[in-house]
Amino acid sequence: MTEPLIACDRLCVELGGAKVLDGLSLSVHEGDFLAVLGPNGGGKTTLLKVMLGLVKPSSGSVTVFGKEPGQASGRIGYVPQRLDFDRSFPISAMEVVLMGRLSRKKLFQRYGREDRQKALEALETTGLATLAGRRIGSLSGGELQRALIARALAGEPELLLLDEPTASVDPEMKTTIYDLLDQLRKQHTIVLVTHDTGTIGRHVSRIACLNCTLDMHEPGSTLGRTALEKLYHFPVDVVEHRETQTPHRHA
Amino acid sequence: MPDFLHFEFMRNAFLAAILSSVACGIIGTYVVVRRLGFISGGIAHTAFGGIGLSYYLGLNPLAGIIPFSLAAAIGIGLLSRKAKIAEDTAIGAFWAAGMSIGVILIGLTPGYAPNLFSYLFGNILTVPDSDLQLIMGLDVLIIAMVWLFDKEFLAISFDEEYARISGLKTVALDLLMLCLIALTVVIMVRVVGIVMVIALLTIPAAVARNFSHSLYRMMAVGSLFASLFSIAGLWLSWVFDLASGATIIVVAALVFLLNALFGAGKHRRTEC
Repeated sequence: MTEPLIACDRLCVELGGAKVLDGLSLSVHEGDFLAVLGPNGGGKTTLLKVMLGLVKPSSGSVTVFGKEPGQASGRIGYVPQRLDFDRSFPISAMEVVLMGRLSRKKLFQRYGREDRQKALEALETTGLATLAGRRIGSLSGGELQRALIARALAGEPELLLLDEPTASVDPEMKTTIYDLLDQLRKQHTIVLVTHDTGTIGRHVSRIACLNCTLDMHEPGSTLGRTALEKLYHFPVDVVEHRETQTPHRHA
Repeated sequence: MPDFLHFEFMRNAFLAAILSSVACGIIGTYVVVRRLGFISGGIAHTAFGGIGLSYYLGLNPLAGIIPFSLAAAIGIGLLSRKAKIAEDTAIGAFWAAGMSIGVILIGLTPGYAPNLFSYLFGNILTVPDSDLQLIMGLDVLIIAMVWLFDKEFLAISFDEEYARISGLKTVALDLLMLCLIALTVVIMVRVVGIVMVIALLTIPAAVARNFSHSLYRMMAVGSLFASLFSIAGLWLSWVFDLASGATIIVVAALVFLLNALFGAGKHRRTEC
């Protein structure tokens, strides 16, 4: 078995004295499409921030690409949950996507032709090429979400980390974003966190349920009502987890 | 040549107004998009301690303002970003402490402090050639830094977390930007004084934002507006014999008000 891209071992995180993640062990391998499900406040975003090196664990260990988190920024594409920004910020979608190239550039090095090319390709992949010159604040919720995915893609990452990519978009756009992820999984390892239990099972290769502690569910199993109710503390839909096409890159 | 430009002090005043507007538009753009208005006010007022120190030691006031404003920028920046002190608390402490040090040192200096008022409210009519050269030098420095760090400054302004994930040293970049604000404050103290710096750091760039689709354009348009406000204010102060710095601010504030009243509605309509 190859070395995992992400390995968490008995990871604990405390924020402001409260335990947010408790004894979490998890590994993500190349070609995985892992969905981390859980209620709001269950530590999903914190888990991603630990992987990105933004939050330090209080105990346990995490490695990303075999290194300390935050040391492999060029290989990770991050799509934040909601970008809190000033909608009147004078910046075009293209300029935002170009930011995805930051981790590949040195200080004082300016964005060049190749960076623009990659940014444009990312905009094409996400179907936003015609909106490249638009002010970012004038995009709709779904367009903004795809612009943020394009920004992550522009850096040519191996691993994509997505935080609630469908939280702030309407149902139709949700399908578009899942279709996009189906396409992206062919070339990227994906970790996605969501509280959306609806359609996720059809798309991913593994599901983890996170509410401070973690339960793994491998393909073929059905995440039963009891497991989900234990997770959410109230009745939710059953998540059926069918095996989809094998996602491995170098089959 | 218009009659008021026959006087050397008026020519210097106009030059100072235009040169300082360059820094104002560029750095003001960051102040507006990153909402650093209050921290800029804090840096400016802390600099009063530097004026006091210069009086006490008998130096050129600018010799005290530069180190004091830079120390304020780094001090407020580090306290609020590293020591987990709320930023407005850090700003408030520096703001008042700087003013107090200034007042005490001026009080300790024997004799009368005649030009004090001009540093609080500006006196653009007494700008000597040496100050013009200093303003020009600081302009060049500010433009060079913004050119060198343009993608980094854009990244921390738009999405600081993403900049950090991308491997940027965001705290260091942030402190650098605060230092550039401090240098702009030094320039503006001459023109409009410590108390009113904040208006010229925010109003021209805020008005420019309505006409700009990129940060660069906002900087250019902001500098243009700052020049227009300063020149119009200077001219009006000459014609009606008013305090020059205050007149510049009133002109800026009027345009800002008109822009907010009429521009905002129009802006919203064209956006969709």
